[in-house]
Amino acid sequence: MRLLLGSLFALVVAAIVGLGATYLALTRGAAFGPLTIGSWTAWPKTGTADADPYARASIARIGRLPTALGDGVAFTASTDDRGRLLDGRCDVVLAGITPAARFWTVTLYNPDGELVANSVNRFGFTSQEIVRHADGGFEIVVTPRANPGNWLPTGGVERYVLVLRLYDTAVGVSTKAGREVPMPAVTIRSCP
Amino acid sequence: MIRWLLLAFGGALLGGIVHLATIIMLPRTATQDAYSRLAPGAPVNTVAAVPAPTPESAPMPFMDPAFASAVCRYDLSQGPLKLSVPVSLAYTSVSFYTRYDVAYYAINDRAAGRRVIELDLMTADQHNQMPEDEEITAADRLIVESPTLTGLIAIRALAPEPGLMSMAQSAIAAAKCVRAEDPKPAR
Repeated sequence: MRLLLGSLFALVVAAIVGLGATYLALTRGAAFGPLTIGSWTAWPKTGTADADPYARASIARIGRLPTALGDGVAFTASTDDRGRLLDGRCDVVLAGITPAARFWTVTLYNPDGELVANSVNRFGFTSQEIVRHADGGFEIVVTPRANPGNWLPTGGVERYVLVLRLYDTAVGVSTKAGREVPMPAVTIRSCP
Repeated sequence: MIRWLLLAFGGALLGGIVHLATIIMLPRTATQDAYSRLAPGAPVNTVAAVPAPTPESAPMPFMDPAFASAVCRYDLSQGPLKLSVPVSLAYTSVSFYTRYDVAYYAINDRAAGRRVIELDLMTADQHNQMPEDEEITAADRLIVESPTLTGLIAIRALAPEPGLMSMAQSAIAAAKCVRAEDPKPAR
């Protein structure tokens, strides 16, 4: 009886620890070799044949096709530079420049990776659409309210993620965060 | 007391094994991965356009709405495949994925350096079986080795502005992915 109870207890612990760790790893998007610059994170290795088992499992669970490294690199931001979660009811400003790339796009998704409906049918910007300052920098205002300049509407959703994809770029597995990879700063300007 | 602590420790160790096993098994058991989502609309060894994502429906999550895309779901068991993709004005890329959505190769229009991206896709075995002189005549074609018999080729063209989307779509529509004919006798 004691042996039965004991092994049952050990098996329950194993199930809770094992499945709990798997669930956490998949919902937090854990994978090896992240490249973090400010609030932006990319996993360049996920877009290669060397993708680790965590990256493979996460890709399968989300059901997306990862951006292949020969194509580009995708950076995701779900917080501002001070670590506060992005809120679709706030005014968030993306300001700065991007690393050298032939093209880039920035897109707003809800946490499930779906586009967010809005009145002007704008889901993101490409590097050619953006209005820039004289010095080449740009500013994108992410807010539910209509805004002059580069306005990316949030549709008022509570949580969203921004994905900045660099296409045909030198940023890759060997890139270290530093001066050669400047990413736009993400700042929450005001919250109602 | 010590007995229960030991059991908890043993259980946690076993839990680590359960964790690794589930992580490794997951891609093989997932029913909603990108390949399964795209398979109903993509016949084997044919280029099929992928509808652009909208807030209401998207073929898969995290698609870039600035791109026109198409997929070729391939099966190399009958022989190698020939792929040709005309490049669009802005940016065109071709990415290769295994059955379990691992990207193993990608090329873009600049790397291809031509107006048409032309590739031969085959398994390592098929590549080894190619007659040597065939390889010389085919030297100007790029050969990609697929690690798996089946997989996906994602063909994507950027529309730098929304107005150029139709241009990108028509470039993609001219892409071809067909089974290579039996090797010609050496001349």
